Amino acid sequence: MTRRRPPAFYALATVFGLFVLFLYGPMLTILVLSFQGPTGGLTFPLRGVSTHWFVRLWGGLGVVDIWAAFGRSLKLGAVVMTLTVLISLLAGYAFRRRFRGSAFVFYTAVASLIVPSIIVSLGIAVEFRLLDALIRWAAEGVGLAGLVEGFTTSAGTLTSGLGAHLTWTLPFGLLIMFAVFNRFDHRYEEAARDLGATSSQAFRHVVLPLIAPALVGIALFGFTLSWDEAARSSQALGADQNTLPLELTGLTTTVTNPEIYALGTVTTGVSFAVILISLLLIRALGRRRV
Amino acid sequence: MERIHRRLSRLIAPAAAPYWQVAPLAGVLAVFFLLPLAITVVVSFWRYTEYSMIPALVGDNYASVFAGCLAELPGLCVTFKTYLSTLKFCVLVWLVTLVLGFTLAYFLAFHVRSLTWQTVLFLLCTIPFWTSNVIRMISWVPLLGRNGLVNTALVASGAVPAPLEWLLFSDFAVVLAFVHLYTMFMIVPIFNSMSRIDRALLEASRDAGASAWQTVWNVVGPLSKPGLVIGSIFVVTLVMGDYVTIGVMGGQQIASVGKIIQVELSYLQFPLAAANAVVLLGAVLAIICSMTRLVDLRREL
Repeated sequence: MTRRRPPAFYALATVFGLFVLFLYGPMLTILVLSFQGPTGGLTFPLRGVSTHWFVRLWGGLGVVDIWAAFGRSLKLGAVVMTLTVLISLLAGYAFRRRFRGSAFVFYTAVASLIVPSIIVSLGIAVEFRLLDALIRWAAEGVGLAGLVEGFTTSAGTLTSGLGAHLTWTLPFGLLIMFAVFNRFDHRYEEAARDLGATSSQAFRHVVLPLIAPALVGIALFGFTLSWDEAARSSQALGADQNTLPLELTGLTTTVTNPEIYALGTVTTGVSFAVILISLLLIRALGRRRV
Repeated sequence: MERIHRRLSRLIAPAAAPYWQVAPLAGVLAVFFLLPLAITVVVSFWRYTEYSMIPALVGDNYASVFAGCLAELPGLCVTFKTYLSTLKFCVLVWLVTLVLGFTLAYFLAFHVRSLTWQTVLFLLCTIPFWTSNVIRMISWVPLLGRNGLVNTALVASGAVPAPLEWLLFSDFAVVLAFVHLYTMFMIVPIFNSMSRIDRALLEASRDAGASAWQTVWNVVGPLSKPGLVIGSIFVVTLVMGDYVTIGVMGGQQIASVGKIIQVELSYLQFPLAAANAVVLLGAVLAIICSMTRLVDLRREL
C-alpha cells in the first residue's frame, strides 16, 4: 500500500534531519571533547583521547564541592519524582469528577507552569526569610531563645528547594494525568465493580496496571525536570545548598578546561540512563497489558 | 462512637473523594506558588535596609524601578531599555520557533505514516528536553567560539578573513540557544492539535482544487491554532523571565529583566526585586491575556 511520496516529503524530511542534527550535534561535541587529552583545551582539535578530565573531576573542582551538589541533586530528584507521581495520580483521580474549585486549581497549576521561574524563586526566598523571622520571634516570645541560637534558616534542599521544584513538575504531572484519563475507558472499572471488586481492588488490579506506563512517564518528568532545574531553585535554596545545575551555571564562567565538559557528560549520562530505563519500562508495561 | 463512624464514612464517601484527592496538589500550589506570589506583591511596597525588610506601604520601590523613565523621554530609561531588549529576543525567538515548530509538527503529523516512526521521531525531538539546559548551552562554546569549529572552518575555507566575533556571547548566540532549547515547546502542542485534524478535511480541500500550500495555509493552519497559541505562550513566557540563557550565551554582558531581579536579590534588596517581579509579572500576564483571547485554553488541554 505504499503510495508515492510527494516531493514535499523529502523537503520536510531534510528540514527534520537538519533539526535533529541541530539538537544533538552540540551535545555530541561536548561528549567528544570531554575525552580530550591532558594537553587539550576547550575547543577542537582533540589532542589525544583520554579520561584525564574525568579523573580530575572525580577529585573535585577546586573550591566547589561538586560531588556534594551531585548527591543533593540526586536525593532531591528522587524525592521530587516520588511526590510528583503520588500527588499527580491523586489529583488526576479528583479531576475525573466535578468538584467545587476544580477550575481554580487547574488554572493555578497552569499558571505555576508559565509564571517566570525567577519570580516564583524570589517569592519562595522571601517567604522563607519571613518564616525564619517568625520562628525567631516566636521562640523569643515564649522565652526559648536558647533553642534557636544556632538556627540560621528553614530554607533548604528538602524544604524550600523541594517546594520550588514541585511547582515546576506537578503541572506536567497533572497534564499527563489529564491526557490519560481523557482516553481511559471507564467500562473496565465498571466491569470490575460489577464483578464485586471494592474500589481499592478495582484500582490495584484494573486501573493501576492500565495507567502504569503513564505513571512511569510522570516519574521521568519528575526526576529529569528536577535534576536539571536551575532558575526556579536559584534563590530558594539555603546557603551552600546549591544543586548540580546551579553549580554548573556558576562554573561556566570560572572553569576554563575540559573538566566542565566531563561534568556535562556525567550529568547528561544520568539523564540518559533515567530516560532509557523509563522508556524500556513503559514499553514493558505496555506489552504486559495485551 | 456512632457519630465518629458517621463522620468518617462521610469523609470517605464518594462525594468527598475529589476534595481529599486534590488536597496535596492544592496544598503545594498554595504554599509554594500562591502564597509566595502574594508575599511578593506585599513586600514590593515595603522599605528595606542593607540587612532587613521593614513592613510599610510605600511606592518607593516602584519609583526606583521607573526612575527617570518620564524625565528622560524621548530617551529610554534602563528599565524600558531592558524590557525592549527582552521583547526583541521574545519576538525573534517566537517567530523562529513558530515557523520551525509548525514545519516539524506538520511533517510528523501528516508525512510520517507509521505510528511507530511517528513515536520514534517525536521522542527524538523530546529527549533533549529531559537533559540539562545549562549543558546544552555550554555545548555551543566549542562550536561557536573564537577558535571553535565554525570559525575554523570559515577561516580555512577563506569565506572570512578573520574569526567572526558575533557567533558566541552575542544576541545571535542567545537567540540560537533559545531556539535550541524551546522549539520543543512549540512542536508538542502543535503536533497535538494537528493529530486531531480530520484527514477527510484535507482530502476535501484537495478535491476542491486547493494546492498543497493553500491547504496548509487555509485548513491546517487555522485548525492548529490552539497548539500555536499554547506553544507561543510557553515560548514567550520562558524568554521573558529568562536570565540563565541570556547570561551564559550573552557572556554576562546582555541585560535582561530576570538578570536585574537576580542582581538585586544578591544584594538582598528583596522589596526592590519584588517590585521588579510584579512589573514583569504584569507584562507577562498582559501578553498571555492577549494571546488567550484567541483560544479557550481549558477545552484544548
